[in-house]
Amino acid sequence: MARQKLPPTQTLTMKIDDVDVTAKPGQTIKDVARDHDIIIPGLCYLDGLSIWGGCRLCLVEVEGMNKLLASCSTEVAEGMVVHTDSPKLRAYRKVVIEMLFAERNHVCSVCVSNGGCELQDMAVELGVDHVHLPYMDPDVNLDSSNDRFRLDHNRCIMCTRCVRVCGEIEGAFTKGIGGRGIDVRIINDLNMPWGESQTCTSCGKCVHVCPTGALVEKGTAAAEMDKRRAFLPYLTIMREAQR
Amino acid sequence: MSKTITIDPVTRIEGHARITLHMSDKGDVDDAQFHVTQFRGFEKFCEGRPFTEMPAITARTCGICPVSHLMASSKACDDLMAVDIPPTAAMLRRVMNYAQMTQSHALSFFHLSSPDMLLGWDSDPVKRNIFGVAASHPELAVDGIRLRKIGQDIIEMLGGKKVHPAWMVGGGVNAALTAETRDAMLAMLPEGLDIAQRTIKWYKQTLGKFDEEVRTFANFPSLFMGLVSPEGGLEHYDGYLRVTDEQGKVLEDMVDPHNFQEILGEAVEDFSYMKFPYYLKRGYPEGIYRVGPLARLNVADHAGTPIADQEMAEFKEMHRGAVLSSFHYHYARLIEIIHAIERMTVLLNDPAILDHHVRARARGNRNEGIGVAEAPRGTLIHHYKINDDGQITWCNLIIATGHNNLAMNRGVKQVAQHFVNGKKLKEGMLNRVEAVIRCYDPCLSCATHALGQMPLHIELRDAAGELCDEVRRD
Repeated sequence: MARQKLPPTQTLTMKIDDVDVTAKPGQTIKDVARDHDIIIPGLCYLDGLSIWGGCRLCLVEVEGMNKLLASCSTEVAEGMVVHTDSPKLRAYRKVVIEMLFAERNHVCSVCVSNGGCELQDMAVELGVDHVHLPYMDPDVNLDSSNDRFRLDHNRCIMCTRCVRVCGEIEGAFTKGIGGRGIDVRIINDLNMPWGESQTCTSCGKCVHVCPTGALVEKGTAAAEMDKRRAFLPYLTIMREAQR
Repeated sequence: MSKTITIDPVTRIEGHARITLHMSDKGDVDDAQFHVTQFRGFEKFCEGRPFTEMPAITARTCGICPVSHLMASSKACDDLMAVDIPPTAAMLRRVMNYAQMTQSHALSFFHLSSPDMLLGWDSDPVKRNIFGVAASHPELAVDGIRLRKIGQDIIEMLGGKKVHPAWMVGGGVNAALTAETRDAMLAMLPEGLDIAQRTIKWYKQTLGKFDEEVRTFANFPSLFMGLVSPEGGLEHYDGYLRVTDEQGKVLEDMVDPHNFQEILGEAVEDFSYMKFPYYLKRGYPEGIYRVGPLARLNVADHAGTPIADQEMAEFKEMHRGAVLSSFHYHYARLIEIIHAIERMTVLLNDPAILDHHVRARARGNRNEGIGVAEAPRGTLIHHYKINDDGQITWCNLIIATGHNNLAMNRGVKQVAQHFVNGKKLKEGMLNRVEAVIRCYDPCLSCATHALGQMPLHIELRDAAGELCDEVRRD
């Protein structure tokens, strides 16, 4: 009997940080690295949400490319040689964090997310002990009009996780982006007070995916905001299983 | 020719200050001004923040007495939330306040003021500090450091850290006490009480040597203000405001702290960033009053704990009516340390202290809130207004050192008139002028809501403002 042909399973081979690894087509560098216990930093990426590629913390070096690539949004290719950690990358990532701190008003000591903040953790992990850029000290408002939650633009890093979770998971599409450049802000509906939004379901997903103290539960004092981000992958898995 | 002497900055106090002495043609001191030269603006930058963040933000006013700000701010938040906090939360807050009282008074007495008393006001300034005390009186220095550590350790055990613990919140505290922590705190207290009693015994024996200082260190009639318990006893956390006069007569009693504006006004002078509160009924500046340990012992009828009651009776024997010399702030501090340790022992031995119900939850239910507590340096008032979304729209902090502002100015003038000879600048007289300020243990960082530390700079100016003489100590 003739041998039956198996469906073609393409496996790519590549190198990440001098380790030979295999990958499936369509996977991103960040995914493949994580499969092999290589963790690349990042702030806008979150399991269960679409890819944004905006924070630029997961930049990696790919041999043969003359620019750095965001590992969360770059698909792997056969024979790719990737470096996720180098003095150059570490320096870039530190500058990214410093710029985030300098852009708005991040006052960790009195922030409700002190001790539970991904920006703060990232700064510690990357060894950011000074901000070398001048602080911009912008006059930024808070939106406390929602009954349960608060949006503090002072602490926002524009990762857009809230925008994505609101549209992609909750389906409410309340959160959006308004303004441009340095004036860009997270907005509710057509830039109205959150409390007046007709679309918000007050589900609180935006609060829990927010990496910093920008979206928080009201009534929390300094260092009390405990974000539970693990729910998202489970939610996605369960939905897919139902389908 | 009339002259002006400037002492700038004043040392071994918490903050930045300068003193100016205006001299007459004859070389006598005409007037004295205590300038607080730092500015901070807490009241402004708190605007817009959620009221729930206020305890943590205002605690940053100070690294010495953050607990006092946490206390007054949390109480103002309780008021905004319109809640009665669980009784255990109030007990736990009291324990932390007493621990704060212990560590801050120990710092003031041992680290900042004891060098003057032990080594002499005229001794070599290079050695006149806690290190000089450690060399000449090692047991006393160790006692002081140990006592402060006990207070700081209790703050850390309750709040997670010694400085700026985030544990006290509007509605109560954010974590209950465990039996292990309670036992660890109780184990430290007997040693603290021993040290406090040993120190007060030594202090009373030595007090005779300081007759001249007692007589001239801001020893003048003034009003006194402090919180008292509903029974008229010594109180640091809750209770009612009482104002007494120089004879010890009660002028205001059982004033609800929410109504403080009915008895207190605030004036501003162009020579200082610190405001000048005064007793409204006597006007400004006649409504001069003092707050802090001396005032608290003057206004209270009794302490309410056995050892402190004995010491307080002896203290009150010194002077009929009210004890007027600001030098006795030091004595009052030692009595309050004993009282604080006795109170902590009672509170921690109460089984209710371990109750898990320690926080009331609510949103802003009132648009205006007032929190009053006794800080180590005196009555501390936080007064907030919020919008319907719970954001601060207006904030006023009246700090203990501020209440004493008029009294410090008058005290400096008195001691300068006694010790300063305008024809010559002597190290000893400048030290005494500074030491008067130190009696009040002023916290200028708090009082101007600023930061800093201080060397010493003295200028002697004539009537035309020309510099005649200058001494600098960095």
